Amino acid sequence: MTGIDATYRKKRLDRGIKVRSDSVFAISSYREILYLVLPRVVPVITLLVLPLILKGYWGKVLVFACMYGLLALSWDFLASCGLFSLGQSLFFGFGAYVAGTLSYYLHLTPAITLPIATLGGGLLSAALLSPVVRLRGVYFAMVTLMLPMLLMKMIEATGLVGGSHGLSALVPFHNEWISTYMAVVTFLVCLFGFRRLINEDYGLVLKAIRDDDRAVMSAAINIYWRKIQALFIAGAVGSFAGAFMTHHYQFVGMSAFALDYSILPVAAAALGGPGTFAGAALGSMILVPLSESLRALGGLRIALYCGVLIGSVILLPEGIFHYMERKYHQFETFVKVG
Amino acid sequence: MEGEPLLKVEKLRKHFGGVTAVHDVSFELRQGEFLGIIGPNGSGKTTLVNLITGFVKPDSGRVTYLGKNITGKMPYTIAGQGISRTFQMVRLFYNLPAYKNLIIPLSSPRVKKLRGGEYGERDDVAVDLLDDMGFERDSFVPYKMAGSLPHGYLKRLDLARAMALRPNLLILDELFSGMAMSEVASTLPLIEKFNAEGLTVIMIEHRLRELFRVVDRIFVLNFGEKIAEGVPKEVMESDAVKNAYLGSEIEET
Amino acid sequence: MSTLIYGTITSIVLALYTLGFSLTYGISGLANFAHGALYILSGFIAWSFINQAGFPFFLSALLAILISGLIGFAFYWVLLLRIRGIALSELIVTFAAGIAILELLTWRGFYGIQYSLPLFLRGGIEIKGVAVDYQRLFVIGTGIFLLILLYLFVHHTKIGLAFRGIAQNERTALSLGIESDWIGALSLAFGSALAAVAAIVILPMGIMESTIGYNVLIYALTVAIVGGLESTSGMIVASFIIGFGQVVTARYIGAQWMIIVPLSAIILVLAIRPSGLFGKFKELEERV
Repeated sequence: MTGIDATYRKKRLDRGIKVRSDSVFAISSYREILYLVLPRVVPVITLLVLPLILKGYWGKVLVFACMYGLLALSWDFLASCGLFSLGQSLFFGFGAYVAGTLSYYLHLTPAITLPIATLGGGLLSAALLSPVVRLRGVYFAMVTLMLPMLLMKMIEATGLVGGSHGLSALVPFHNEWISTYMAVVTFLVCLFGFRRLINEDYGLVLKAIRDDDRAVMSAAINIYWRKIQALFIAGAVGSFAGAFMTHHYQFVGMSAFALDYSILPVAAAALGGPGTFAGAALGSMILVPLSESLRALGGLRIALYCGVLIGSVILLPEGIFHYMERKYHQFETFVKVG
Repeated sequence: MEGEPLLKVEKLRKHFGGVTAVHDVSFELRQGEFLGIIGPNGSGKTTLVNLITGFVKPDSGRVTYLGKNITGKMPYTIAGQGISRTFQMVRLFYNLPAYKNLIIPLSSPRVKKLRGGEYGERDDVAVDLLDDMGFERDSFVPYKMAGSLPHGYLKRLDLARAMALRPNLLILDELFSGMAMSEVASTLPLIEKFNAEGLTVIMIEHRLRELFRVVDRIFVLNFGEKIAEGVPKEVMESDAVKNAYLGSEIEET
Repeated sequence: MSTLIYGTITSIVLALYTLGFSLTYGISGLANFAHGALYILSGFIAWSFINQAGFPFFLSALLAILISGLIGFAFYWVLLLRIRGIALSELIVTFAAGIAILELLTWRGFYGIQYSLPLFLRGGIEIKGVAVDYQRLFVIGTGIFLLILLYLFVHHTKIGLAFRGIAQNERTALSLGIESDWIGALSLAFGSALAAVAAIVILPMGIMESTIGYNVLIYALTVAIVGGLESTSGMIVASFIIGFGQVVTARYIGAQWMIIVPLSAIILVLAIRPSGLFGKFKELEERV
């Protein structure tokens, strides 16, 4: 802002909807109701209508986006209580393999395997990672980054649960409409469920643990137990995505622990803006179609996600969603200076 | 005097590297008592609090509370049994409204048990608590962001947070440091009232005048050791204490 | 006997993998998840100097070590400077940068028999009936030499003492005029240079491919976690436990079960002593 032109400057004003607390609004007109409701309704309707429009390949991309979205939401949930996971594929892989083995060896249908895999994957993740929650954050990141890679190598080396060939010819979903809508609805339920949960007292405690765990401990709350609960929830959500994709592909293999499932959710959450869930959802809705359309690039895609990730962490730390939210809640006018 | 003391500390010891922070401190505390702990800076008062509340694990010694050994238990276990503390450097959540800070202790299992198995309307309980602490409800102070409140309010918010647990034993770690005289004058009667209602209080304080008015008994720490104990007047006249303080703070009182 | 010798070699290799990572973490608290990528990248740099520029081996090795040190240094100033202190962002950026390097290398197609570094020393000897080639002995020598050098460096040089100061108490060190950004950048530079040294002595024993980078990262993290993050002695002990564990497993159970060793070591350590064998359980006291 130099020189003679600098006689105008931007003035920002918050829109005046009086809010006593986060959840109580004083609404006086239809315009204000619309103002509050539209940002919530528009994405819901869009997502519910999209499966009707998108056919074939792009329909599948929508399902992918929802599943990656679930992983990103699960990441964001963990991050909101201070657990930074670099291995969402761990949750994904657990769910995928639980569903896959049940379906392969016992020929169970998705209606049975999905719930079992969701709960079982959540329990496995929580049990396996529960010792780490007592340690500093970097341990959690290291362990989650490493476990899926080690598990992948173990499956490859030992030939357990299908080895490097994987388990194929699994029971498919009966109806593509049902499966597509299941993906979309689960995604939406998780998105709004998490957003609600984190603003409830339960979520307040989780966020407090991230900010100052000692203060929370002095309030007689067992922070480790809370973190394990959070791990279970996040693990279950990730496992659902894994189990769903297993039946969707009718195949489960080592790729369930692949890096894609770890890096893309983090990239999505970082791009969209961590801590809001909507950001993670938005990020995955942007990144997944983008990466599908760049499928020709092959392995370079992952490098691309990494680029997006680094760029958004360094240059736009607040994320797209926070930016949009701020713009939505503010008037901007130019006022004359001096 | 009942047989069983509420809190019994035996030969508690803690070293940090080569420095002895607390050296073989023992004391007992009866239900309903008001104990003051004084001592020069660095004499191990805060470490003693940390040892009792489980934030630091002792090298040796034993802490017994209500007949149970709580030495080296996790802080949340100890807090859950009814020992609540404030922090010398307040630990609050500044990006939350003041009353939301109290939601965290109010969501603890202890509070649920004491309320008969249900949490009730936590927000209202929180605002009521803050009202008791002198947060002006009518001017919406409880709803303001904790980060925007002045220091005296933060100290009182920390006190409210400790009281929200409905403790049996309240440990105040330099609650009045940095508070204005008027704030001290309005907060001290509150603590006296809690004590009169049966709460046992340990108060660590540098403001000796206020402390002596309210406590039943004090003891003095110097270089991690207990050098004197008894009724305030007697203790302050003992030579050991005068030497420790080099006379400076005693003259003030 | 051969178990002993090959166990020692494997263990030293693991220690070499971890050295750079744990040095960087020990000094500046940065968990450099790009460590594996820098390892393999420096291997390729050395290869390019030898095969494309036609430099002699020793010059190329030296240049590769230097360059990867510079990369580490630049990495800090370009990427990490703006997000220093934000744990989440640091993790994400080093992790993403590492993967980006590895995937770019894969994409460029560095894969195949032609990509291998020449052996330092040819030939070998027999120790008590076990054939060992000189290169492997050289690895052992380098490992021990580096450990000693590192110890001397950290305890007896000015910059090493500054490192220790930062590691113990960053604020106090800052107030004594030690610049934490420089130290951070230097720690990354040294960590990367050590990764390069490891790469140049270890890589000639096999072919180079970018996926090795992931293995190196996995093993480095495993050793660091099992041994305890800040502890050098823990790191050495952990490398020997895992190294010998792997060799014994490969010999008596089967080579495909080798991967079980690090996995079970991690799970065991996490279950029994989550802070690692020699790590301090600091979760409560660190911020007193």
